[in-house]
Amino acid sequence: MLAKVYVTLKSGVLDPQGTAIHHSVELMGAEGISNIRQGKYFEIRFDDDLSREQAESEAEKIARDVLANPVIEDFRVEFV
Amino acid sequence: MKFGVLVFPGSNCDHDAYHVVSKHVGQPVDFIWHKETDLSGYDAVIVPGGFSYGDYLRAGALARFSPVMGAVKRFAEEGKFVFGICNGFQILCEAGLLPGALIRNRGLHFICKHVNISVQNENTPYTSELKNGNVLSIPIAHAEGNYVCDDGTYDSLEENGQIVFRYCDNKGDTNADSNPNGSRSNIAGICNVNRNVLGMMPHPERACEELLGSNDGRDIFRSLSNTIAALES
Repeated sequence: MLAKVYVTLKSGVLDPQGTAIHHSVELMGAEGISNIRQGKYFEIRFDDDLSREQAESEAEKIARDVLANPVIEDFRVEFV
Repeated sequence: MKFGVLVFPGSNCDHDAYHVVSKHVGQPVDFIWHKETDLSGYDAVIVPGGFSYGDYLRAGALARFSPVMGAVKRFAEEGKFVFGICNGFQILCEAGLLPGALIRNRGLHFICKHVNISVQNENTPYTSELKNGNVLSIPIAHAEGNYVCDDGTYDSLEENGQIVFRYCDNKGDTNADSNPNGSRSNIAGICNVNRNVLGMMPHPERACEELLGSNDGRDIFRSLSNTIAALES
């Protein structure tokens, strides 16, 4: 069982890295882009003997308590 | 009185802090490895600068899970003094001992230079030897020193006098030009509501000797040791 965790900066939190990437992308010649925001992506592989419910609650807890800082970041967990 | 300096894997300002406490404050001090869980016997703990855990995930994020941090939380709750400098400030925010967070500098660069900060609240254990408006020349050395918090947190910081230092120019004006990293309202250092926990991005331990360009940092350490001495007497 694989959990995919996406961590993104809250809207309104300055993202200078995203801004720099946006600038470079424009230098490359790309057009029509209003904004680029950088985030983080994690894969958590759970043991097969864990129930789906257990894995979901563990992944949620890991994302909330470790992977994301709730002051500045939001997160989303997906299971595949 | 006894000071402790925490040492995490990747701390690199621990010896500077130790040197300043032993030489310029003249008080006993120990290094405390991050696996320790007992802080009894100490009056103040310094969480030093550096790159704990290589700044993996977020600066300060993984140090929060070191065994010593549980003891640091209890220590702070007992009213004892916890002083986070640079990476130490980041760790204290990540651990929830101070509000807000420190994100990448507005200009993306790692900035290493002397800046001016002005004292915003002289009524803290860390500024008792200073006056409001005093301008100190203290170096910064960070890539993630851009202080952010939501509006409600900011208002409570203001109301409770928790903003202890702001970046300023050499006349003490806190303006956009004197803000090196984009910190909200030029914030360089804050304390908790009880004022026993302080975090600041500038490095006062690197500004305690004229030979190093400034000794303005001494007053911060002396304030703390005088506060502890007054409590003991």
